[in-house]
This record gives sequence, C-alpha cells and structure tokens, in this order.
Amino acid sequence: MSTKMRVAQPAVSPGSTASHARTRARKRRLVGHILLYLGVAIASLVMIFPFIWMLLTSLKPESEVVRYPPQIWPHVWTLVSYANIWSRVPFARFFLNTVIFAGGVTCISLFLDSLTAYAVARLRFPGRDAIFLGILALLMVPFQVTLVPLFNLIFQFGWLNTYAGLIVPRATNAFGIFMLRQFFITVPTELDEAARMDGANEFTIYWRIILPLSKSALATLAVFHFMYNWNDFLWPLIITTSTDMETLPAGLALFMGQHVIEYSLLCAGAALALAPLIIAFFAAQRYFVQGITLGAVKE
Amino acid sequence: MSTMIGARRRRLSGPHIRRILVGYLFILPSLSVLALFVVWPIIQTIWMSFNNVDFLNQSSAWVGADNYRQLASDSRFWNALRNTAFYTLGVVPIGLALSLLAALALAEPLRGRSLFRAAFFLPVVSSFAVVAIVWQFLLNQDIGILAYWSRILGLPSAAWLNSTVWALPAVIIVGIWKGLGFNMVILLAGLMGISDTYYEAASIDGAGAFTRFFQITLPMLRPTALFVLVMAIIGSFQVFDQVYVMTRGGPLFSTETIVTYMYHQGFELYQMGYASAIAVVLFVILLVVTFFQLRFLRYNDVD
Repeated sequence: MSTKMRVAQPAVSPGSTASHARTRARKRRLVGHILLYLGVAIASLVMIFPFIWMLLTSLKPESEVVRYPPQIWPHVWTLVSYANIWSRVPFARFFLNTVIFAGGVTCISLFLDSLTAYAVARLRFPGRDAIFLGILALLMVPFQVTLVPLFNLIFQFGWLNTYAGLIVPRATNAFGIFMLRQFFITVPTELDEAARMDGANEFTIYWRIILPLSKSALATLAVFHFMYNWNDFLWPLIITTSTDMETLPAGLALFMGQHVIEYSLLCAGAALALAPLIIAFFAAQRYFVQGITLGAVKE
Repeated sequence: MSTMIGARRRRLSGPHIRRILVGYLFILPSLSVLALFVVWPIIQTIWMSFNNVDFLNQSSAWVGADNYRQLASDSRFWNALRNTAFYTLGVVPIGLALSLLAALALAEPLRGRSLFRAAFFLPVVSSFAVVAIVWQFLLNQDIGILAYWSRILGLPSAAWLNSTVWALPAVIIVGIWKGLGFNMVILLAGLMGISDTYYEAASIDGAGAFTRFFQITLPMLRPTALFVLVMAIIGSFQVFDQVYVMTRGGPLFSTETIVTYMYHQGFELYQMGYASAIAVVLFVILLVVTFFQLRFLRYNDVD
C-alpha cells in the first residue's frame, strides 16, 4: 500500500473538503512513512556501527588508533595490519583449525543426524519412539551442564588439543536429528515402496531417494552447524590449550590483551574472522533465516 | 499393550529380525555419540557435584551435599547469580521490545527492506567472542569512541568497563545488540503468518492501527512471542562469551555470571566437583523456567 505513495500531490480544487481530508490523510501517511524509513535507517546504522568501526580501525595505522580524541574516519589508509596479522598472531593456523573444526563437525554431523532421522522417521522397529523421545529430551539440556565431565572425558582419552577432541563429541546433534526427522516424515512413502519392490535396501533408499529429496533441509542444517561451530567460543576454549590448536574466536580473544594490544591489528583479525560467515550469509541468506525460524513458527 | 507385544514376539521371523537390526544399525552411530558425550556427562555432572574431584590425580572422594552447602554460603556465587538475573532482566524485556519494534517496522513494505533486515541480522551470524573484542575497544576509556561520546554527552560514566556500576549495563547492551536480529527474524516469521483477512475485516469494522495491533497482532503473535521469550531467558542465563572477552567477570566480580564462575571454578581452579554443583544449579533453574513455560504459558494451545 505504502509503495504506491506519491510525492507529487494531485491538484486539489478549492472548497472540496472531502478531497482536502484525503490529501491531509495522504500527507500524514507520507510523513509517517518517511519517519519510519528514517527510524529504520538510523537503527540499521546503529546495528552495523561496530562493524564499520572495526573495518575502519583495521585500515588505520596504529598511531592513529591511539590518538585522542578518537576519529571514525582514517586520515591515512593502510593495509599494514592485514599484512602483519599473519606474523604477529598465528592467524593462518587459527583459520585452518576453524575450517577443520567447523567443516568436520558439519560433514560428520549431517551424515549421522540424517541416518538417525531416517530411521526414526521412516523405519519401524521396537523402541523407536522411546528413543526419539529421549533425543528430544536432550534438547532441553544446556551444553554447559555437560562441560566439566566432558572435559574430563576428553582428557582421559588423551584428546585435549586434538581435532578428534574438538569434533567427535559434536559428531551428532539432537536438534539436527529432530529437524531432519520433521522433514523426512513429509516425503511421500510411495517412492521408497517402489524402490523396495525393485529390491533396493534401506541404505540405498536413504542415500538415493530421501537425501536427494531433502537437499534444502540438509543445506539449512549444514549452514546452521557450520555457523554455530565457526563462532563457538567456550568449547574450543576448553578443549584447546596450545596456541597451535586454537580456533579463531578463542585464539583472537586470548591474544587480545595478553600478547597483542594493537587494536588495528585485532580489528583486522576480527574482520578476517568474521568475513567468511558474513559472505556466506549474504550468499545463503534464505538458509540462515530458515535454520533459525525452523521449529519456532508452526506452518 | 501386552497382546501387542505378544503378537510381535510371535512374528519374530527372519525378515522381522532383519528389520530391527537395520533400524538399530541406522541409529547406532548417533546413539553412541549421544550416550557417551551427552547422557554420560549429565550423569557424571550430578555424581561429581557430590564429590571432591581431584582432577590431576583423577580421583574423587564422596562429600555428600558439602558442595551445595558451600555454594549456599558462597557470597561470590550469590553475586554471580544476582548478576545473571540482572543481566536477564535487562536483556530479555528490553531486547524483546526492541525486537518486536524492529519486526513490526521491517514487516512494512519499505524499499531496501531486505538490506535493513540484513543489517539487523549481521550481529547474529557473527562470532560473539570476536565482536566482543570490537565492543571492548569501542568502550575502552582511553581510545574508544563510545567512551569518548559518553564523555561529550556527559553520561554518568565514560569508563564503562572499568566501573563496577556500569560494566554490567555495558554487557547488557552488547547482549541486546547481539540477540536483536535473531528474535526479530522469528517474530517477523510470526507476523507474516498472520492472515491478512483479519486485518481487512478489522479495517472494514473501522478499527484503527492501535486497535489492530492490540486486538489482532499481539494475540496472534502470542505463541511466537512466548517461544522467543523462553529462548531468550534460557540463552541469557547461559551468558559467557562477551563477559569473558570484555571484562573477565570484573571489575571486582561486578560482571561475573553463573557460567563464568563455573568456568573459573572448573577450568581455572580445577575444582570440578564444585563446578559441577554450579552446573546442576544452573540446570535446575533452566528446568524451572522451561517447566513454568510449559505449565503456565501454554504456548501450544493458541493456534
């Protein structure tokens, strides 16, 4: 409705009160619209201000960063922080660790989640519903509650500071199972029955029929797993104690204050750490939002 | 029930056993991971909370309810609990009100709407620990621009993170900023789900925008809003990342929360029994919140 607003008002014949009132109402709507637009624009600017500040700081020389009073806009533009971050902080190593951790969890968890989701959605065997309910109950347990014994367990396995220690405990996920199960039960059963007639076994049906039909659900879950683990802080913080095994969030946060106090360097690191997900977000905005609204709003 | 089991038992033929085997084969990998890395640690947490755990020697001694008794008289724990409650009381109501406002505004057909939505959503996809570094800088009393502007505006404190009074509000502001887009997107999906026919009918009846909001939008949004509310409460009781990065619980424990205190006891002092007791208390609090939600708010029966 408001997209049809026009700035130029049609000429109003004097004396016609009805059209006067209409003009006034339209004017008021226009003013409301402009105010709304202004409000939204300012609020958006506030929301992205920390990112702008981060980006502009990363492009300043350090001498300018510590100058008082602080300035938003750089006088001198430089990429020196982006060049130095690799040597001052083991940034490439952090990046690689994060890719292996987030990527590894995403691939393995997607496979195991979908296997279980397939079984509880489409196979019939005794105990199935009880197991599914049990998995649902695990959704209510906050991760922090398991943290202390989990750390102890990883220590006993000798898995501290290893990729296995980071990835294996996350190899499956109750939310992922639940989400995929909700999707799998909507796929019509005629297809598997036809395949079963042709002698296909359950794994073939899962792999060749159900998974290809569930690409959008799998992509949504993949984005969700990847984002969650890429950004995770507490888990890598605890499982990794050597700098070599740190992921980006934990590594950068630990370097702040302890070894590096140059903010332009830290901002360059932060920008490089955030960039992959922000780019991914713009590329796959739909899946991000789907992943987050899933389960919250009933269809 | 028993006859069904009996009937099943009689049919334990070759293909039937095969079907059971196949089913369990599919769920076996996930179940072992969940059993070992989720269920077992939950049991262990409860067990450890009644023990004095010596992490280095990997031994433990039963101490009964001593850890809980000690917690009850630990003023630092009560301080953490109070800070967490204060954080929740700040983040949840203000955060949800702003999220609703943002959702309502961005449900309007504005030009460039998807860009604005993306701006609100940007903090959600960012790593909290990484953006907390930037926030720490913004609020730095010597060179941070927000601290500088606070001084110019004559706000009570420019040294946000160095003040025992203003550090927690600063953490709350960052928490609101981070969660806004998440709540907004869910509320937006809820708003989109409200059928236009209600609004059209109300317009014909001559209802104004105000009436439409309170008579249609809010009641119809109730299930979504309650979901967001519960998620927000649960999330804010688990607050850790930005506190650890921005203040480490300081100054003088003024921003210490339940999880940062648990982290301190468990992973800095290696008091794992005591840390487990803190974890159990957190779990109980969250169970009560969830129970309250299921029992009293009944967010499923409004459709």
